[in-house]
This record gives sequence, structure tokens and C-alpha cells, in this order.
Amino acid sequence: MGEVLAPYRALLASRLRSQLAYRRSFVLDLIGAVGIGVLELAEVLVIFSSITVLGELDLAGALLLFAFAGIGFSLADMAVGHVDSLPRYLRSGTLDAFLLRPLPVLAQLITSDLQLRRLGRTAVAAVVLVIALSMNTIAWTPALVVLAVLTPLFSAIIFAALFVCAAGVQFWLVEGGEFANAFTYGGSYAASYPTSIFSLPMRVLFTFVVPAAFTAYLPTLVLLGHAGPAWTPAVLGWFAPVAAAGIWTVALLGWRAGLRHYTGAGS
Amino acid sequence: MTEPIISATGLGRDFVIRTGRGLRRRRSITRAVADLDFTIEAGAAVGYIGANGAGKSTTIKMLTGILVPTAGRVHTCGLDPHRHRRELARRIGVVFGQRSQLWWDLPLAESYRALAAIHRLGPDTLRTRRGTLVERLDLGEFLETPVRQLSLGQRIRGEIAAALLHSPELLILDEPTIGLDVLSKERLRQFLLEERAAGDTTLLLTTHDMDDVQRLTDRIIVVDHGRMAYDGTLPGLVERVGADRVIVVDLEETTAPLADVAGTRLLGVEADGLRQRLAFTPGSTTAAAVLAHVSARAEVRDLTIEEPDIEDVVRRLYASGT
Repeated sequence: MGEVLAPYRALLASRLRSQLAYRRSFVLDLIGAVGIGVLELAEVLVIFSSITVLGELDLAGALLLFAFAGIGFSLADMAVGHVDSLPRYLRSGTLDAFLLRPLPVLAQLITSDLQLRRLGRTAVAAVVLVIALSMNTIAWTPALVVLAVLTPLFSAIIFAALFVCAAGVQFWLVEGGEFANAFTYGGSYAASYPTSIFSLPMRVLFTFVVPAAFTAYLPTLVLLGHAGPAWTPAVLGWFAPVAAAGIWTVALLGWRAGLRHYTGAGS
Repeated sequence: MTEPIISATGLGRDFVIRTGRGLRRRRSITRAVADLDFTIEAGAAVGYIGANGAGKSTTIKMLTGILVPTAGRVHTCGLDPHRHRRELARRIGVVFGQRSQLWWDLPLAESYRALAAIHRLGPDTLRTRRGTLVERLDLGEFLETPVRQLSLGQRIRGEIAAALLHSPELLILDEPTIGLDVLSKERLRQFLLEERAAGDTTLLLTTHDMDDVQRLTDRIIVVDHGRMAYDGTLPGLVERVGADRVIVVDLEETTAPLADVAGTRLLGVEADGLRQRLAFTPGSTTAAAVLAHVSARAEVRDLTIEEPDIEDVVRRLYASGT
């Protein structure tokens, strides 16, 4: 196992060294990322300054939701967020260079960057998580503790798959960055609000097609003991691993088909 | 007789080009490479030549597994390049002169460490191999400088060392000397010559530079519009298309145009006849004979011989319709 991972460790280590080499710009980037996280938080706070309940969530519930989605998305963005700039890799010939190395292309693409500055957003969301957990009255059971711990992790895994889907699509749509963003950043945006505020078709879209609801909303319902709206009951909150496996299957098949399209192996 | 390192049979690649938008969208097929047949034996040095857009890069991409052929078959190191891409990647080295394979923000030393991990070279292997390449390509001075701060010549040397780090059987160079100054080119050629003399690395290079072909290769393949136009030696090609060499003589005193030197054609007279340019076809006469003839008429202060330009030779080949 260690043998298999050694090349990736070397690649990631080199990425990290190059970011930390320019310490001042790294610090500025980090501050910028914290700023983005704070702005997003302010958006939620502004909404709740004029209303008390959104979907079925009050401010404390909404903050919990915000924290799960924020941690998950920022971790995914840090680890694989760069894969949706695939057209840049195609144009610069970097993808050809990957094809000339004895490693899987997607693994090389993912480890070709690691944007540590995104940890700024993760930090904001983590602070919000601690506050939100203390604000809400949760009837803790061992199962709920496990859920609370694993939710940010599966949230990140699901968002990462969405990024890979977005990358796969761009083998066909070379200028499809905006279309792809609708699913990644759009999914993140949808995940930061109670899915119940959307109309039924949108709710089904962001639950069963783009599984954004699994990243934060559904687990939040479980933790807070809400029933959830029709079609997307709270019990789905336990099924984030299933959603993650499903979306990763789609992502990997899409990536494989995209790469085959690129090399002309037929799709 | 060992297996050839590259064998292509009926190799072809079509591209589907879509033009227009909406209902007017049209699909047309462009044939980038068609019906290429050739084999390259281990240890050979082959120049792969053609005009821009003749199909050189497409061929290289098919040989290395980046692109899948739409027709025919190709085997590189005995492998199907696309199906066994990763295994093949361990056995070949590729340099694209115009596209970097290094990490632009990392120093070479760091890149080599990462590449060694990718190719699973042990620390001892890396140290010896890197030491050899650094010394022979003279990389020592800028080993710790980020790649983006290197000059083109330094970067290309760095790229070649990167491609050779895992001691590949086959080295493919796509326009390695493009944009390099005379000194850098010369250095690079010297290195490649030594590399060939030292081991049994097979060399396949595409180039526009006649000197590259002359100095580095013992066989050339010319492609035109994706099809094989010539496969043989450079002198053979020159002979076939009758490319001229040009002898330029600088004379001590103004001399009447040397219009009647046997076997030559007077191309131009400069500075009242102080410098004259004579073209001759190898085979019909020799440089020595021309010089003797000219010396009988005037004292020669200096002379240079211009070899036929590769573009010119290829153009003649295309024009001759073969």
C-alpha cells in the first residue's frame, strides 16, 4: 500500500512546498478564503435577521447545516477542486504529460494540486460547527455522534465526486466550465440551505441526481429529529455513504468515458 | 534478430471536425495520418520529418499511447501503446520541445525527486543516474532554480534529463532544438551523440533543423499529408530529389562572374564579384573540384558550403510527386 502511494506522496509534498515557498502570498490567500467563509456566514445571518424559520430550520439548525456543507465543500475544493479546470490542462498539454507517466491519469490530476488556502473556509465552517452543536438541543445517542462525525467527511467525499463529474463532462464541452460549475458550486450553494425551501422537482434534483442534500441537509434533519419533507424524508440522512458510492460510480464512469473520448478510444 | 522497438502497419488516424453551429453543424473527417508502414530497430536513430501539420505529432501520440489509431496497428517496445500505456511509460522517455513536462514552479532537483518516485527508482539508482545526467547535461548551476526562471536552453536540457531519468529504451524528441540558440543546439546534439554512443537507446526525433538530422540520425522518414513520402538515408533523399549544395567563395579581388564553372550554377554575385555563390548537385561534381576551378581564376580568401535546407529538400520531394 505504502509502495503504491509513494509517488502521490512525493507529488503532493512537492505541491505543498511550492505553496509554502511564497509565504506572504499564501497568508493573503488564506485570509481571502477566511473572508469568503465569513461572507457566506453573513448571508445566512442576514436572512435570519428578518425571518426566524427557513424550511423547518431555525437559526441554530441553519448554522449546523451551513457548517456541514461548508466543511465538506471546502475540503473537497482543497483536495480536488482544481480538476474542473480540465480545459486548462488540455490546452497546456499537461494531460498529455500525465498520459506519458506510469500512473492513472485521474490520480495524477487530483494530486497535481492541493490548495491549502481553502482551509481558511474550512476553519470558518469548523468554528460555526462547534457553535451550532452547542446552540442546538440534540438528543445525543452513540449513533448520532457517529453521524455528526462522519457527515463532514462524507460531505467532502460527495462534493469531490461532483468535481470529478464536472471534469469528465469537460472532455466534451471544452468551454463547459460554467455548465460544470452549476453542479459543483451550485450544489454547494444548494447544500447550504434547507432543501425543503426548493420546489419538489428541484428538491428531487438536489437529492437523487446531484446528491447535495446528503452532504448536510438530510443528516441535519436526523440530528435535530425533524421528519423532513415529502419525497426526501429525514431517514435518508443515514444514507450519505450510499449516495457517495453512487455519485462516485457515476463520476468514475464519466471520467473514464471522457478520457476515452480524448484519446479516441471510443466512448 | 530482436523484435523491432517500433512497428507500425497500416497506421492511420482520422479526426472528426465539427464546424458551424446548431442545425448547420457539419461533421467532416480529416485524415491526419494514413497507411504508415515502418519498423524501427533497437539502437537506431531516426529523424521523422514533415511540414507543419503533416502528421508528425499525431504519429508520436499514437506511438506513445496518448492517441488511439483509427486504422492499422502499432507496437512500441512490443506493447500496444494505448492498452499498456502505463507499462510503456516506464520504458520510454518523451520530450516535447514546446510543451513542458516539468513542474513550472519547482526546481529541477525537486522534479527529479517526484519523477523518481513515479518511476519507482530507488534512492541509489536516482543518485547515480541523476549525477550522470547533471554532469553530462551541465545542469549543476541551475538545479535549484524554479523551472519558470530557466532559459529555454536550460529548460530543454532539464526536460531531456527528466525523460532519461528512468533509463528508457526509446527516447522520443519532438522538436527538441526549436528556438534554441546555436550554442545550446550544439551542446544538446553533442549530448545526444554521446548518449547514443554510450548505450543502446533508440532515438526518434522530429525536427525542422537539417543539422539535427545530419548529425543525429542515420535514417529519415518523411511524411507528407499523413502519408509516407520517403524512408531511407539523408544522402539518398538528397540524391533522389537532386538538392543542391551551395558553395560561397570570398575572393581577394573583384572578379568577373564565375558563370562557367563545370557542374555548377551561378546563384549570385555580391560586392562586384568579391563574393559569389555557386550551386552544385552532389554527384555531378565535388566541392574540391569547384574550389580548384575557382582558385584557377582568383585567389580564394574564404569559403563556406551551405547544405541543402531540409524544408527545401522536403518541398522538392513533395513537388516530385512521390
